[in-house]
Amino acid sequence: MNLTVRIWRQPGPAAEGRLVSYPVEDVSPDMSFLELLDVLNQQLIAAGEDPVAFDHDCREGICGSCGVVINGEAHGPERTTSCQLHLRSFADGDVIDVEPWRAKGFPVIKDLVVDRSALDRIVQAGGYVTAPTGSAPDAHATPVPKPDADLAFDNATCIGCGACVAACPNGSAMLFTAAKVTHLSLLPQGRPERARRVLDMVETMDAEGFGGCTNTGECVASCPKGIPFASIAALNREFLSASRRG
Amino acid sequence: MTDYVVGEAIADTKAPHVPLESRWDERKFAAKLVNPANRRRHRVIVVGTGLAGGSAGATLAEQGYHVVQFCFQDSPRRAHSVAAQGGINAAKNYRNDGDSVYRLFHDTVKGGDFRARESNVYRLAQVSAQIIDQAVAQGVPFAREYGGLLDTRSFGGVQVQRTFYARGQTGQQLLIGAYQALSRQIDAGNVELHARTEMLDLVVSGGRARGIVARDLVTGEITTHLADAVVLATGGYGNVFYLSTNAKGSNATAIWRAHKRGAYFANPCFTQIHPTCIPRSGEHQSKLTLMSESLRNDGRIWVPKRAGDPRPPGEIPEEERDYYLERLYPSFGNLVPRDIASRAAKNVCDAGFGVGPGGLGVYLDFADAIGRLGRPAIEARYGNLFDMYQRITAEDPYAVPMRIYPAIHYTMGGLWVDYDLQSTIPGLFVIGEANFSDHGANRLGASALMQGLADGYFVLPATLNDYLGSTRLDDVDPDAVAQAETEARQRITRLLAVRGTRSVDSFHRELGLLMWDHCGMSRTREGLRKALDRVPSLRAEFWRDVRIPGGAAELNQELEKAGRVADFLELAELMLLDALVREESCGGHFREEHQTPSGEAQRDDENFAHVAAWEYGTPPVLHREQLVFEHVHPTQRSYT
Repeated sequence: MNLTVRIWRQPGPAAEGRLVSYPVEDVSPDMSFLELLDVLNQQLIAAGEDPVAFDHDCREGICGSCGVVINGEAHGPERTTSCQLHLRSFADGDVIDVEPWRAKGFPVIKDLVVDRSALDRIVQAGGYVTAPTGSAPDAHATPVPKPDADLAFDNATCIGCGACVAACPNGSAMLFTAAKVTHLSLLPQGRPERARRVLDMVETMDAEGFGGCTNTGECVASCPKGIPFASIAALNREFLSASRRG
Repeated sequence: MTDYVVGEAIADTKAPHVPLESRWDERKFAAKLVNPANRRRHRVIVVGTGLAGGSAGATLAEQGYHVVQFCFQDSPRRAHSVAAQGGINAAKNYRNDGDSVYRLFHDTVKGGDFRARESNVYRLAQVSAQIIDQAVAQGVPFAREYGGLLDTRSFGGVQVQRTFYARGQTGQQLLIGAYQALSRQIDAGNVELHARTEMLDLVVSGGRARGIVARDLVTGEITTHLADAVVLATGGYGNVFYLSTNAKGSNATAIWRAHKRGAYFANPCFTQIHPTCIPRSGEHQSKLTLMSESLRNDGRIWVPKRAGDPRPPGEIPEEERDYYLERLYPSFGNLVPRDIASRAAKNVCDAGFGVGPGGLGVYLDFADAIGRLGRPAIEARYGNLFDMYQRITAEDPYAVPMRIYPAIHYTMGGLWVDYDLQSTIPGLFVIGEANFSDHGANRLGASALMQGLADGYFVLPATLNDYLGSTRLDDVDPDAVAQAETEARQRITRLLAVRGTRSVDSFHRELGLLMWDHCGMSRTREGLRKALDRVPSLRAEFWRDVRIPGGAAELNQELEKAGRVADFLELAELMLLDALVREESCGGHFREEHQTPSGEAQRDDENFAHVAAWEYGTPPVLHREQLVFEHVHPTQRSYT
């Protein structure tokens, strides 16, 4: 199939960016979207031009490195990561717009590469259980009801790609933060710190320039791991009860 | 390059001379300690943030050391440990099914085809149980049963259920546990993190590892970081094959640069080919995707009995299918170790029985399991893997059998380390997949996560204490720093100056194909010699004709790749040489000249029961470390 991609090119953080159109011919529907960018980059290198910079690593949908806005949607038309999107989701002759994550919390570094270190700082603020190595009791000392363990797992599957922020009209990181807060507050091991955790994480989230949540749900619609919308309600509940306890 | 010289044998690995069961206790007791108040004065560099590096950085910082940590990814949470699916072994014996530390030790030594060190493997089995405790305390959401206790399952090469798991995302969940522990230490100011920063060289001063030269991948700035000890946790070198299940960025630069500075490289030819990967779909393929070995618990592997049978799998009746693993290995069936399952798949495909494009695939069929347990049970166990398969292939594995084919997955070889996980350069420690220590010639499933975390949480912190507590460090020689930094800069300048015609990827693909053909699932003297002829000329072409757009002082992903591929082009030669010199078959190293009448690997314990530790040089120098088996007597591995 033959496609045209219009890609955001921006040489550096302070530089002006613009969409540049490139034809890519004779590609296979079995190729992944990132393999399309590979093919384009080989063309650009052969022509003596600068290839498109984009983040990627595992290419199996688990590391969270990749992520671009495709035709206005974070990670494109399928509910998966950009690396697991295949060209069979497009039609021959399509023109595809490719842009970086756009959010105040994610400054552009180059082309499609953005700085997502703010998400790391939210975790550093309290997204952990204090359990120094060597201090752990036997793993079976505290049974965890299966429904709690399963729901904790559902929230723990977040890969930190940032699609939720990119999809949100407010550039909010609520779903990301909610997933971590919910994961840890459901488990007995995480309970002693739960009040401080949610307050510290939310404070950092706000300080990093992410917007507020207005329950539009765009985050959930774009999340490749299916983090549930209910987690945002759970975060609000945790925050409220922690704030009251003061 | 087929020349090498034999150097002095390695006589002492520093394992205490006491009974196997008490060696680790003895070592920990004999280890020097560093007063808690003095620890913050020691800087320790940790390169890599996967399971080994993340757990080590967090633990060392908890102890009070000042840790300076590096990863080339934009966040420590993205290291490739994240992609491990199936599980982690531990000798908990929660199932009361006859498991024990000794049995895990025994299975691992046997699974490694008797090419691993007994002392190290025993210690690994000993600390395995503590890893599960540690992870649960961190909030890792392992799979649980309705009673609230942890669930376990079986993996290849084993007849007990000792594998703990978190759906098909065990690596991700364990890594997030380590990442969160590390994050806590970053917030506390005990860990200084440098993300998007790549190690380019090791600084050796006064014969000791004292720092690294690193490049900031965003600005291109090159700086030297000094420390009292350096820990490499930089993973394996499977990407030398271009197509592998490794992440695109996984590379050998850190360990190869350390090798060139004096660290021995052990058993470079021991690479693991994983039997259950999704077959490639075309020339554009940029990487291969693994399907967890856990699928072999319920999936049955087969090919049609008639070569080239054109019928779709559903139309091939039961009696016209060859469940070849169940036929050849009735007691382990579909759960034979990886090397054996991979080779069997290659054999049936080479004989023309393969399925799918190019005949490079075999079926992994869940129809029986779905019939027996119902679709919901299979969904609960493997749902995300089935989804991933469907997404990549556009086929529904609930309805049509999966197609799988072996792919490069893991490297058992790596930098040589002693019992303390210290390399031949004092002060340079190597942990996780980057070292060679625990898996011999074949790694069992669910053992990589175990080893990475054992090294990082429990082994390294004890042995590094001893090094720092017993070593008087001199001031770092400024000339050593200047030399390492200048060499790193010159190399980048040289790469950019070539301005040739071929892209980095085109060289990488060519190297990968050459290595897969001649140093992959089976190897011959003739093929290895042929590849040994070709690699130096390919390397020369690379340095004459590579094209790298852009400059040094910016985010330049082609330049990053070029540096890594330049190192792969050197490492490949050592792998080929090692494979040529090892005139036996063992584990993942299958030399066609050395096989039993039934086509199984034929070891030569008399001449090759050793670790081949290579010292860098022209020609390379081979130092042998004789392996001693006091407890598990080497036998022809039998899984029939």
